[in-house]
Amino acid sequence: MIPRAMSNLNAWLAILAVVLSSSAGDVLLSRAMRKIGDLGELRRRRGLKFVMLLVVRNRYFLLGVICMAVSFYSLLFGLSWNDVSLIGPAAASLTFVANAFAAKIFLHEHVDRRRWAAALLVAAGVVLMGV
Amino acid sequence: MNLRKYLILAGVSIFAPVGDSLLSYGMKQVGNITVHDIPDLLLAITNPWVALGILFLLGFFASYMTALSWADLTYVLPASSLGYVLLALIAKFALHEQISLTRWLGIALVSCGVGFVTSGPERTSRTGPHLEKRVAQEHS
Repeated sequence: MIPRAMSNLNAWLAILAVVLSSSAGDVLLSRAMRKIGDLGELRRRRGLKFVMLLVVRNRYFLLGVICMAVSFYSLLFGLSWNDVSLIGPAAASLTFVANAFAAKIFLHEHVDRRRWAAALLVAAGVVLMGV
Repeated sequence: MNLRKYLILAGVSIFAPVGDSLLSYGMKQVGNITVHDIPDLLLAITNPWVALGILFLLGFFASYMTALSWADLTYVLPASSLGYVLLALIAKFALHEQISLTRWLGIALVSCGVGFVTSGPERTSRTGPHLEKRVAQEHS
């Protein structure tokens, strides 16, 4: 029988890893896509192959994918220790808030009251939906 | 915002929660994995439910990348969280599950958050230099 405390500790360590790696990945991917421009527009003008090459050659994209892979395996690790009803909402809601800070600091997005309110409302809503 | 952009946001909203649910179902079959069994974690993708979940998450990733190419991160993330609401509504009306008052309150908060962010502009920061020109120059 696995002690409950150890299960919870592993689950929260996994949540922390998911939040950090996922936020880093989101910021890197957002930076990559912003540099490349509207993918739909580019695909119409230059074709899918051109767009795919453009994306996979971007170093921010590659770093972002590595962070997302770490986040994915951290999520799998967490799910093997606790229920999705804890891991999913906790990781998602904390990631919303962490991303708002990261986008303001690293991407220089104008996070106004409307966006802070949206991030906090969604984060709180996700927690309530998970309990 | 046009129909294409709303469809891409819908793709982000739907693929992610369905993919996560499939992964959860698959990982319950795989069982507990400790830090000493990392190879087992890599082998977990051979479980069909985990593999199907990964396919859905690839769909999510493609939609997500496209959305980030024309919108801010702080716009895309809240706007695409409508998927949580969709899952709860499917659970209630298709699977006839009971939804508690707390969960309805959560649905209301998420919906308010989505409404807040989608009523504003999708891009607030300056877009960087277009790589297309640079790449074309490099290859010419």
